[in-house]
Amino acid sequence: MDTLNILLMGFISIVLINNLVFTKFLGICPYLGVSGRIDMAFGMGMAVTFVVTLSGTLTWLIDHLILMPMNLEVTRYICFILVIAGSVQLVEMYVRKFFPTLYESFGIFLPLITTNCAILGLCLFINLWGIDNLLEAVVLSFGAGIGFTMAICIMAGIRENLNLADVPECLKGAPITLITAGLLTLAFMGFAGMIR
Amino acid sequence: MTKNSDTTAGIYKETLLAGLWRENPVFRLLLGMCPTLAVTAAVKPALTMGLCVIFVLLCSNIVVSLMRNLLKPHLRILMFTLTIATFVTIADLFLKAFALRMSETLGPYVPLIIVNCIIICRAEACASKNGLLVSFIDALGMGVGFTLTLCVLAGVREVLSTGAIWEISILPAGFVPWAAMRMPVGAFITLGLLLGLVNVLSRKKA
Repeated sequence: MDTLNILLMGFISIVLINNLVFTKFLGICPYLGVSGRIDMAFGMGMAVTFVVTLSGTLTWLIDHLILMPMNLEVTRYICFILVIAGSVQLVEMYVRKFFPTLYESFGIFLPLITTNCAILGLCLFINLWGIDNLLEAVVLSFGAGIGFTMAICIMAGIRENLNLADVPECLKGAPITLITAGLLTLAFMGFAGMIR
Repeated sequence: MTKNSDTTAGIYKETLLAGLWRENPVFRLLLGMCPTLAVTAAVKPALTMGLCVIFVLLCSNIVVSLMRNLLKPHLRILMFTLTIATFVTIADLFLKAFALRMSETLGPYVPLIIVNCIIICRAEACASKNGLLVSFIDALGMGVGFTLTLCVLAGVREVLSTGAIWEISILPAGFVPWAAMRMPVGAFITLGLLLGLVNVLSRKKA
């Protein structure tokens, strides 16, 4: 019961309170790049969720089973980025072979994910927070993906309407998107007191 | 190179200046947003971050430029990433050894330089096609441009959030600090407004 409680708290906290996009500024590039249309944003979010869950779990395992016992922490970043690049490649090949229609819809996002800071960032944060339990690492990784999807979909919804708004000429495009994102983070700060 | 020295020097100057303003990585290309927003609450961490990025960018551009004829197309990005990861590890260990407190402030954003789009973008767009000297100068221009941008952003945020720059108070005592500037909100909105300002300035020039 206690473990379940901790897992649930961790999940809610990473989705709402410590949302990677709004509080840690991770994954801002795709957040600005593909949040123009809501269906593309959702595709990107799903792809990120999948890869982040996979690589969060794998890097935790590698970190705890190989690097820490062998005192190879120095090579941590290189290992992490290799795992991420590898899992992106794996997912891409798998999806292309078995789900061609799905590949059509989010295939273009997959190579981009390797350089998505949200993925490496989450792996590093799991390491930094000293999560010593595999289940917790899996739940946190999955929650981070869901949080990213939520953030990017909210933004896409706003931007679809922003096209119709009367924005000053010099603020069109990226500036107004950033300002909107700022207001969104302000809204999300309201969740901060939820879990102590 | 077969060109005479005047035009060669012209190319170098052009490359150097491109990174500072015309192709400024943050304002113009919108690359490397993650550290731009995350470490600019004060000038000191911003400058440290900028210096780390310059170091990594220089080293990776040099190495990529040296091995550009050996690269296989499909393994290109992987090789870039591994090169960058190596130099980032060096920078991170250096910070941990000589500036522990700064390293703790920057936290995971130092290793996150690995996935900073600026570095991969320069490796791909410049270093893998050009010689050593051009790549070096390009890295210098881009790196300095990035650092300056970070410092401007951090300067605005630090003044408004604490009334000080570089921890030296400059505003009158009656100034009420804007706590919001220290938070993520401040980062997003300041950067948005700065981008707007840059748009206005560049339109006036044109």
